[in-house]
Amino acid sequence: MDGFVMILTIFVLALFVGFEIITKVPPTLHTPLMSGSNAISGITIIGALVLAGRMDGSPLAQIMAFVAVIFATINVVGGFLVTDRMLKMFKKKD
Amino acid sequence: MLSPNITNIAYLIAAVLFIFGLRGLAHPRTAVNGNRTAALGMILAIAVTLLSGRFEWQYIIIGVAIGGVLGAVAAMRIKMTAMPEMVGLFNGFGGAASVLVAGSALVAAMQHATAAGPDAQMKIATVATGIIGSVTFFGSYVAFGKLAEFLAVRWKLYTWQKIVKYGFSLIVTAGAVWFGVISINEAGVPLAAGLMLSGVLIGGLLLNKKDRFPGMNALKVILGAVAVILGVLVVLNPGNTMLFWVMVGAAGVLGVILTFSIGGADMPVVIALLNSYSGLAAAATGFVINNNVLIVSGSLVGASGIILTNIMCKAMNRSLANVLFGVLGPTGDTPSDDDVYAGKVKAASAEEIAMLFDGARRVAIVPGYGMAAAQAQHAVRDLANLLEQRGIEVDFAIHPVAGRMPGHMNVLLAEANVEYDKLREMDEVNPTLAQTDVAIVIGANDVVNPVARTDPSSPIAGMPIIDVDKARTVVVIKRSLSPGFAGIPNPLFALDNTLMFFNDGKKAVLDIITAVKES
Repeated sequence: MDGFVMILTIFVLALFVGFEIITKVPPTLHTPLMSGSNAISGITIIGALVLAGRMDGSPLAQIMAFVAVIFATINVVGGFLVTDRMLKMFKKKD
Repeated sequence: MLSPNITNIAYLIAAVLFIFGLRGLAHPRTAVNGNRTAALGMILAIAVTLLSGRFEWQYIIIGVAIGGVLGAVAAMRIKMTAMPEMVGLFNGFGGAASVLVAGSALVAAMQHATAAGPDAQMKIATVATGIIGSVTFFGSYVAFGKLAEFLAVRWKLYTWQKIVKYGFSLIVTAGAVWFGVISINEAGVPLAAGLMLSGVLIGGLLLNKKDRFPGMNALKVILGAVAVILGVLVVLNPGNTMLFWVMVGAAGVLGVILTFSIGGADMPVVIALLNSYSGLAAAATGFVINNNVLIVSGSLVGASGIILTNIMCKAMNRSLANVLFGVLGPTGDTPSDDDVYAGKVKAASAEEIAMLFDGARRVAIVPGYGMAAAQAQHAVRDLANLLEQRGIEVDFAIHPVAGRMPGHMNVLLAEANVEYDKLREMDEVNPTLAQTDVAIVIGANDVVNPVARTDPSSPIAGMPIIDVDKARTVVVIKRSLSPGFAGIPNPLFALDNTLMFFNDGKKAVLDIITAVKES
């Protein structure tokens, strides 16, 4: 269970880091925060890619991972792009 | 091929880039670069993953291509007014991806299992991912459907709405039945029937035209218990993948029912909550495949969603339990529309409103969902600019739950080129309203209802509101006297210092602009 305790530690500490930085985001940016953090949660794509590309994978496992790749890529690409589009509108005129 | 150490260090760098990226969102000036920093982290994580092993490339390339095109097109074409729908839907994609990765990892682990089988961590994490991810996916679909106004409504639907609504129900039901039928020999009748039942329930419930039915809360508790019991069974029998899918199905029914009963006023809370779930699902997936970068990013997103959920709940003076299980709506002793409005409501013309600005020094504009629905943000900006040219100080007062997701109004006004330092938070603006000459409420209702302060028996009692009634004159732009999401009359409309301008939001503002220019 050593490995488990390690990653549990990482999980809990990361939650605290999350709380610390997110509380500093002003309400005016809450929508881009949601879409941007949504893109970050598309990080599951890493697991999906590995499982979809396994050379010795069962067809069922591969097809499930393939669909996961599609969903996660939509999340990543769409999330970052739409956040960029929104944030560029928050400009101060001189 | 990269060594595991190099891969893991690159993942660590990616996680740090995500943290720096989110930190950039602390200010509009640094936010664009922040988001790009996070995107860079994602590219790094993906590149390193693809370099760290030998792969069969066809699924990877086709999957990324399809997802990339769909995501890019959606991101470029979506209207800013429709951001809540898009974020709602994308939360769901994150949840679905997590469930599928966990399911796929379970199948793969059983296929290559050693005598001992997958370890406890993986089994428990797979179950957690399956439940959270499935609730997220189906809950988000419902949130999307309610925001796009094709689920739980009685009115006639557009063709695309019908296609999505019936198509989704059909695919879920048919998919579950088909999968049940083909695996009936291997999995046994009870499990196959369980999967089919959950598919039929999800498909059927989504066609319901009312958002509540008796026994709903009891059903939420029962389904939650069923999903957990099935989860325990999955941990005990990881080889039985059908059991995993039945659990995902039960969690899916739970996700549908949980979100279905939640009304329009509570949508910001639900979207924030589902945002949090999508992060927690990703973190749980990290425990399944033992991957730190998934855990770190998932917990960042989970924390972000929890904070936003909390802010939204506070802004409505309600607990999360009350949002998930309670009913917001008129109670028996709510005064009727006639008691509140009869003979006291004054309708005004654009010319009369334009005259109010003669000699005014301060104007506050309070936008609500009606501004988004009428696409009035550009007209509102023009009005604000015109008033400023006449030496009037103009502020925008934004309630935290105005609109349908956190920060919705701010994005619309930013789209219309309103400077962000003119967008004031409720707490900042309330003390200044007594010195404000004209408060213009456009498409907001419950968030300016003074009953929240005065009537402890009201469904919105104690909810912090923007105190527009303290301004010298209040102009309310609204199509009719119809109630907001809370379903109660608003005495603000009948106050002596309130003028109603009954019109479509955009047209009303344009009329006022014309009248001001002519006066």
